[in-house]
Amino acid sequence: MHELSLAMSIVELAEEEAERRGVQIDAVHLKLGALSGVVKDALLSCYEMACENTPLRGSRLVVEEVPVVIFCPSCRAQRPLRSIQLFCCPECGTPCSEIVHGKELEVVALEIQECAPNPV
Amino acid sequence: MRPEPRLIEVRKNVLKQNDVVARSLRDRFRAAGVFVVSLVSSPGSGKTAFLEKTLTLLRPNYRVAALVGDLATENDAQRLARSEAPVKQITTGTLCHLEAAMVQSALEGWDLNQLDFLFIENVGNLVCPSSYDLGEDLRLVLISVTEGEDKPLKYPTIFNSGDVAVVTKIDLAAAVEFSWDTAYNNIQAVRPGMPVLKLSAKTGEGVEEYLRFLAARLIELRQAAAV
Repeated sequence: MHELSLAMSIVELAEEEAERRGVQIDAVHLKLGALSGVVKDALLSCYEMACENTPLRGSRLVVEEVPVVIFCPSCRAQRPLRSIQLFCCPECGTPCSEIVHGKELEVVALEIQECAPNPV
Repeated sequence: MRPEPRLIEVRKNVLKQNDVVARSLRDRFRAAGVFVVSLVSSPGSGKTAFLEKTLTLLRPNYRVAALVGDLATENDAQRLARSEAPVKQITTGTLCHLEAAMVQSALEGWDLNQLDFLFIENVGNLVCPSSYDLGEDLRLVLISVTEGEDKPLKYPTIFNSGDVAVVTKIDLAAAVEFSWDTAYNNIQAVRPGMPVLKLSAKTGEGVEEYLRFLAARLIELRQAAAV
């Protein structure tokens, strides 16, 4: 269970970014790979805890789950994996060890509050 | 004035802090010419017995040392001290994995130039350690025959973070009806091409092949550094 320390890193990272840009954060968007070793639900509840007593209190964590994509040397193409229990090309069955996507654990965007100008 | 949500793009790796420390460790290891091996497995798969054997057998010919992660006790370091190699315990408290910064602080005061091999035993856990780079050259994923052949299918992530799988306690294989073929195929299913070693730290079976493998990797490392 390392999700709490990861959630704290996410909050810290977002806080720094918010301070640097002088904005208030509503939501943090995260890419989470199926091979990141992180459990989404655990991370979500830890995020809430990690936000306590920080400017991010009440903000949301929006998780985009990234499936595993491998590179098939036979097809010379990227293919989504059918199951992480079987690293084979779903088209031709070649064993594939080159992982293109699926290890992501990355903050990709911040949703911020901004005041839009009044329509004239 | 109506507040409008706006999305600003950022691209920040959550593990950046750890990765930065791991990279600087790797640079230090490279500069010192020390080959660093980390061990991950579930609790009770025989990491410490395996490491004790490794240290004892390597010590006559190589300068070896070890860092061992454990939640609460110092038992492992005491056991490993029998090998007479320098051993330091990293007590993680309730933390379920080692991070690069822990390795960094444990190494304070150590002269890496005086080492050929450094071993890092992670906390027994097949989940959390997979996310953390420790700056090692080689990550061994251990599974013992008593755990069953399906471990790779249950924990594909850790196998994908590792370089070599080591099946331990093979002296017990017959007693637990362990199927080598099934285990091997499962490892290959989640990580095609992963080298697999099998051994028994107790009887010594398979240990020689493993030591030869390590020695070859050290030579490779030094040759690459010399180029």
